[in-house]
Formats: sequence, C-alpha cells, structure tokens
Amino acid sequence: MDHQQPPWSVSGSSQSPRSPSSQPYLHVSVIDPVKLGNGVQAYISYRVITKTNLPEYQGPEKIVIRRYSDFVWLHDRLFEKYKGIFIPPLPEKNAVEKFRFTAEFIEMRRLALDIFLNRVASHHELRQSEDLRTFLQVDEAVMERLRAHENGLFKKPVELMQIFKDVQSKVSNVVLGKEKPVEESNAEYEKLKHYIFELENHLAEAQKHSYRLVKRHRELGKSLSDFGKAMKLLGSCEGDSLGKAFSELGAKSEVVSVRLQKEAQQLLMNFEEPLKDYVLAVQSIKATIAERANAFRQHCELAETMKLKEINLDKLTLTRSDKMREAETEYNQLKQANEEAKRRYDDMVRLMNEEIVRFQEQKTLDMGVAFHNFANGQARLANNIADAWRSLLHKLESC
Amino acid sequence: MMGAENKGHDYEEAHLFASKEEMESLLLHEHPFNSNSNGNGNFFSSYGSAMSSSLPDSHHPLSSSVATAILTDSDPLLSPPPYPELHGPSSHDNSYIEPPSYADVIFSPFHGEDINSLESPSLSSINSPMSFSRTSSSNSEYIRITVSNPQKEQETSNSIVPGGNTYFTYLITTRTNIPEFVATEFSVRRRFRDVVTLSDRLAESYRGFFIPPRPDKNVMESQMMQKQEFVEQRRVALEKYLRRLSEHPMIKKSDELKVFLQVQGKLPLPTSTDVASRMLDGAVKLPKQLLGESTVAPHEVVQPAKGGRDLLRLFKELKQSMVNDWSGSRPLVVEEDKEFLEKKEKMHDLEQQLSSSSQQAESLVKAQQDMGETMGELGLAFIKLTKFENEEAVFNSQRARVLDMKNFATAAVKASRFYRELNLHTVKHLDALHGHLGLMLAVHSAFTDRTSALLTVQTLLTELASLQSRSEKLEAASSKVFGGDKTRIRKMEELKETMRVTEDAKNVAIREYERIKENNRIELERLDKERRTDFLSMLKGFVANQVGYAEKIANVWGRVAEETSGYVKESI
Repeated sequence: MDHQQPPWSVSGSSQSPRSPSSQPYLHVSVIDPVKLGNGVQAYISYRVITKTNLPEYQGPEKIVIRRYSDFVWLHDRLFEKYKGIFIPPLPEKNAVEKFRFTAEFIEMRRLALDIFLNRVASHHELRQSEDLRTFLQVDEAVMERLRAHENGLFKKPVELMQIFKDVQSKVSNVVLGKEKPVEESNAEYEKLKHYIFELENHLAEAQKHSYRLVKRHRELGKSLSDFGKAMKLLGSCEGDSLGKAFSELGAKSEVVSVRLQKEAQQLLMNFEEPLKDYVLAVQSIKATIAERANAFRQHCELAETMKLKEINLDKLTLTRSDKMREAETEYNQLKQANEEAKRRYDDMVRLMNEEIVRFQEQKTLDMGVAFHNFANGQARLANNIADAWRSLLHKLESC
Repeated sequence: MMGAENKGHDYEEAHLFASKEEMESLLLHEHPFNSNSNGNGNFFSSYGSAMSSSLPDSHHPLSSSVATAILTDSDPLLSPPPYPELHGPSSHDNSYIEPPSYADVIFSPFHGEDINSLESPSLSSINSPMSFSRTSSSNSEYIRITVSNPQKEQETSNSIVPGGNTYFTYLITTRTNIPEFVATEFSVRRRFRDVVTLSDRLAESYRGFFIPPRPDKNVMESQMMQKQEFVEQRRVALEKYLRRLSEHPMIKKSDELKVFLQVQGKLPLPTSTDVASRMLDGAVKLPKQLLGESTVAPHEVVQPAKGGRDLLRLFKELKQSMVNDWSGSRPLVVEEDKEFLEKKEKMHDLEQQLSSSSQQAESLVKAQQDMGETMGELGLAFIKLTKFENEEAVFNSQRARVLDMKNFATAAVKASRFYRELNLHTVKHLDALHGHLGLMLAVHSAFTDRTSALLTVQTLLTELASLQSRSEKLEAASSKVFGGDKTRIRKMEELKETMRVTEDAKNVAIREYERIKENNRIELERLDKERRTDFLSMLKGFVANQVGYAEKIANVWGRVAEETSGYVKESI
C-alpha cells in the first residue's frame, strides 16, 4: 500500500482497503511528483490514486495525472457549489518558489495536496461532489479542457443569478434608500466573525515565529559546526592529550550540528506546515463568511424588491390595468427567486454551524498532534545532544 | 450553552520567565477544574466516533462540562473520555521538578557566584574561568579586585587647556590575604591616566614578562558613545585588567601594583612624560651625544632606546638593525635559538587559531542567544493565543486546545529561559579563548623586549669594535711619531676611557639580554601551563554545560510529549 498517512493531519475516513467490502470506502492519495517542462513553463505533475467501492465510481482503482492548477479547479468548483462549507485550503500558489523547485518544496507541496484531497474525500458532503468524481477519474486531456474552460471568464449562468441581475438593474439604490450593504444582526454570529478575524492574526504570528525557529536551528547547527572546526585547528597547536580533547570536541560539534539540521527540517514539516495550514483554513472560513454575507444580502434585496412588486401588483389589480398579467408573472418569478434565496441562505447558516463545530474539533486534533510532534522532536533532539556531549565529558574527565 | 461556565473561577498565575511587562499584560490562568458548578460529568464522546473506523456521521451533542475537569473528578462509571487520555495525568501539574543530573552537580562552583548576577547585563562580576582554575590550585593566596562607582571630577590644577576639564575616577576595592599588602580590605580612587602610568611602569620593570595589556584609550569612542555607556565599558575593562594583573605571579607582588592599589591620593609613580618634554629632552642631549661627550650610561642600557630622550642611541640601533637585515654579515651576537624561533612561530600560529576560535565562539554565542529568543517569542505568541481562545471559547474542543496550548507555551518559555542560562555560562567558559588571545599582545611585547635588548647588545658590540679599530689606528700612527703629541695622547686616553665605559655598558646590556631571555623562557612555560589548564577547564565546563542544559530542556519537552501522546495514538 503506497499511501502514507499525512503525519500531522488526522482524517477520519482514510480507510485501509482491507476493511470489509461491505463498508463503503473512498481512498485517495497524491504521490510521485515529477517535474515537467522547462524554465518558466515548468510545472510538477502528480499521480492521484483512487481506491473505492462506491458505485458512482468507474472501478475499484483509478490512477490519473494531475497538476496544481487542476487542484485549484476542484477547489474553486467546490467553493462555488458548497456554500456554507469550509472548503479545505490549498497550499499557496507561490510563484517565486516555483522557480526553484527544490526537493523540499516539491515534497511539501505533494503532502499538502494529499492532505487537501483526503480532507475533501472524508467530508460527508464534499465527498459526494460530482466535480470530485470528475477530478479523480477523467483523463488529462479532458481535465485540461475543463481547466481552460474555467480559466476563461466563462461561467455557466445560474437561473437565480440571472433574475437577481435583472432585478438589480431595475431597482435603484436610491429607491431602496440603502447605501450600506445589509448585514445580519445576530450576536452569536458577530462573535464568530470577530473570533475568526482575530484568530487569523494570532495564528499568523505564531506561524511567523515557528518559521524563525526553524531558521534558528539551522543557524545554530552551522555556527556549531564552524566552531568545532576552529577548535580542532586550535587543538593542533597544543598537541598530545589536550590536542586530542580539542579534536574530539570538534568531532562532537559536527555530530550535534548535523542533528540540529535534521531537527530543523522536522520542525518545518511537522509544526510550521500545520500552522500554515491552520492559517489557510481560517482564511477559507473568511471566504465562506463573505459568501454568507452575499447570500444574506441577495435574500434581503430580493425580499424588498418582491414587496415593491407586490404593492405595484395590488395597484394594478385595482385599476384592472392590462399590465396586470405581466406584473403578476414577474411577481411570481420574484417570489420563487426569493424563496430560493432564502433556502440557500438558511442552508448556509445550518451548514456553517455544523462546520464550525467540526472545524474546532479537527483543529484541536491537528494542533494536538503538532504539539506532540514538536515536543517529541525537541525532547529527542535534546536527549541526543546530551548523549553526544556526555560521552565526551567522560573522556575529558580522565584528561 | 457553554460560554458562561468558566468565568469567575479563581485563577493562579503561572510563573514564567517572560519579560515583566508581558507577564503583567498576559495573565496565564489555570483552571482549578474541580469545579462543582458542573454537576454532571458528561464527556463528549464525539471524538470517540471521529477516531473510530466508521465514516463519521453525526456528532454527539457536546456536553456542557469541561472535559479536562475529569482529571480530578473522573467518574469511573462513565465512559472514559477521549480528552483526558490525550492529556496525560500530569497536565495539571505546573511545577517543574528538576531531576538530579549533571546540571546540578557541575554547576555548583559557578552557581553561588552567579545566582545574583544571572539577570544582570554585565558579566564582569563573574569570575573568569582563568583565575578560578588557578586560585583553587595554588597556595590559598587570595586577591580580588573590584572596580566600581565612577564619579565625575573637575580638573583643578593648571593645565595647558584652560576651562573646566572633567574626568572620571573609579573606586578600586581590593580584598586580599596576601601578607605584603597592608590590610585585608582597602579602596582607592584612580583615574584612567593612572592606569596608563601603572601599565608603563610595569612594562619597564618587567621586560620580557607577559604583562596583560591595559585597556585602550579609545579617544574616538569616548567622543562617539554616550558618556554613561562609555564609562561603564571602561569600568568593566579596568576591572578585567586589574584582575589579570593580580593573577600574574610576579606582578601581583610588584611594588607598582601595590602602590597603585593602596596609596591614597595622587599616584606616586613617575608619570610617562608627555611627548613635548621628551622631545625637548632629546634635543638637549643630542649635541652632546654627537660630539661624543656623552655616552650611553650603563644604567640607561637597561631600558630600550626611547623616542625623544635617546635620539642618538636610536639612530645607532636603527643603523645596526639595518646592518643586521641587509648586510647579511652575521651580527656579533646571533639570535640564538632555533628553539626560540620555533617557539615564536608556534606562538604566531596559536594566535591565529585563537583569533579564529574566538570569532567562532562569538557566533556560537549569538546563535544560542537567538535560539532562546525565538523560542521565547514562540511561547509568548501561544500564550496570547491561549488567552484569546480561552476568552472566546464556545466549544469544549476549544477548551481542550487551550490546555494543550498553555502546556506548550509554558514549556517553550521555560526552554527559552534555559537557552539563555546556557548561554550565560557558555560565554563565561569560552571567555578563556578571548582572554588568551588578549595575552598574545603581552607575548608580542615580551618578545619585542627581547629583540630590542639584543639590538642594544649588538649595537654596543659594533660600537666597541669600531672604537677598538680607532684605538688601534691611533696607536699605529703615534708609534711613528717620536715624542708625545700631547693632543694625541689625550685622545688616546679619552678613547680608552670611552672603551671602558662602553665595555661596561656592553656587559650590562648582555646581562640584561640574558635576563630578559630567561624571563621569556619562564613566562612561556608559565603561559603554556596556564593555557593548558584554562583550556582543559574551558572544554570541560563548556561540555558539562551543554549536557546539563540539554537534559533540562529534554525534561521540559518530554512532559509535553507525554501529555499530548494521546493525539498520536489516535491517528495511527
């Protein structure tokens, strides 16, 4: 089995295919990054493996080739379709790093994409998405076409959107008397919004310091190595047992230095990345909050417009004008649109409430793992360092 | 639903070594989770389902209690809650019990000294390892000098520069049991100029010895720095210098130092005369020297030719050194030893390695410092997060996270403190490198003493040889003329007299040269021995330090790893 459980993200559903086939499972992984193309056009392609027994899928196993922008396509589609749900975040685009494409960067990106896909596949709503199925199954050529389609500003018109746009053009803000955008007046939701915005700041700061800590490990490793070399040379001036002691100090310094460099890498993968992921997740929530505000505003404005139309209709009915039928049709359309908007908004509210609970739980788990890995790493590092120096101390004491 | 519960509980402050301001603004509270306000002991088992192998469907409604309360209140009848498993039993315990380790054993010689000065910015009050290792082994002689209390004073006597000239004096306190000193504890006030005088007199009296170099005059810096900073820097440097002097076995008993440390009021050592008067002096003597009327008096030979006063001698010795360099003719006294030259080579090599090691030591110290700082900042960032989540917590999952974050943050701040302590000790130990590098200057000037003494000898030998040949010529000439030429006889007598004096001077110079050679030898031996002792002590101290603090840091993080081990078990 070639799937590696992401070290720091706990997903509920990634199940081994060895579980009884009566249990439905959907198992995804992103592996084998390969650099393709040259210079500015260079990109990385990944292999995406799906193992499943779900009937909607074409077979028990499928392998496709995907690149970063395909993941972006999937993410954007999910965001459009599943309003109210916190879509798992993608690793950042990072055009600068792309040029360098170090092995480190490639592996971190692969891991992040694997985590993204797993989170989608284990989310009870998102896993049912048609777009997910498309992403996991269609071949590269089709995927490319879909991707290009999306990148063009061409977007499928949604009926509701069409009506809303018509309404907007007919109704002027002056008539509505509203300059400010409409906002929900819900104390609990306000609190949540405030929490999310503040949280991002705190997390960003924590992430900044953890990145610096990674650097500090590297710097300490380097200076210890240089120190060791200088001490070795100094020892050669002394000769005999003292010289030997210096030489051993130099050797140990090198050992500790190497260990520090290793830990720096671990810290980056197991702590800084999860923190970055946390920040991105919070940003995703902010996007959802913005969507909810849109949905609320749409619903309010449709309701207002509907009321106006109703008043107008009543007027026309009284005068038995021949414009009445037209007005009636319009009114009914608006009524439908308004109901639709309300339904969407209510769905969003409900979903968000569920999502926030899930989010908090997930993050406690993720951070718990991250803290554990950090502490474990630091404890191991410190113990290794103590052991290395201790063995030298015994030698020195006999000098 | 769950928001209001945890307000109004009593909180304890956690004691963390963060900066005072930060501590004041961010109180880290610990919940005494044995609250009775939550009657039931429901634990949310939704996490259990998240961990299980089935697809996560609906979440169990989160209960109203605080899961972590169960640490003290766990009801065995209820299903074991996931959160407490995740936070091991020790999460309540905030006190840090230090296990016996190298840390405690090795640090005792330093700790007594350092506890008070640990937080102080200046390390000057910490005994250098150099003196420490040596005084403990020697014969219970003890001398300790402290420099303190800088005071501004006004220049009262007439000076060339009119107007209020101010200068600083420093209080120099000595504690000693050496019998040559008058008392066991005494103080004097001295200014920097006095230190220069002391240093110059010592250089004259102890030619060939490795005399620790005095602090620089730093004229430029004194204009540029803030007065207070500069004075403080100077105070530290003076203390270091005087302590080094008091560690030198010969110099600590010297008259010059004794006078400097004990005599109240004006320092009764002859001052180095200023340049102008020296030039005048030299200008007066020169004509006499040129006319051959004055020779280098034997006693003056004991000092190297100095600027102003000995212009002629300076010229002669300069000529001699050029002869030595260019003529290729072997000088009359050869710098003997291959052994000495080898030693010189070795010293030069040593100096280079010391310089590079000293630099790398500085970098290492900085890297350790940075590590500690960043760890501390990370801890503080999480403390802020903890406080924030605590205030805003709506869900129990958040409260559990608060506990995790707090443990983590506390550990990070502790580790940060350990790094900083580690560094303070590291600085102390590695100071041996800087110290011995500084001594190289002393070695240079001791070798220079030797070279200039040799040059004096060579010059006198050359002089003697030329006087000899003049005398022989005169003899030969006068033997051809019968009868005495009175002037010629007189000249010959004068020449013979000059030769006698020069011969005496030559003998004195040779004795001086031999004396300096011997001083060099003794000092080299002493320095080598002391350096080896100091370096061994440095290595041991440095390594023991690293071990001790690594152990402490490992303990701190080990506990957090244990407390959060539940999370990892679940994800496998």
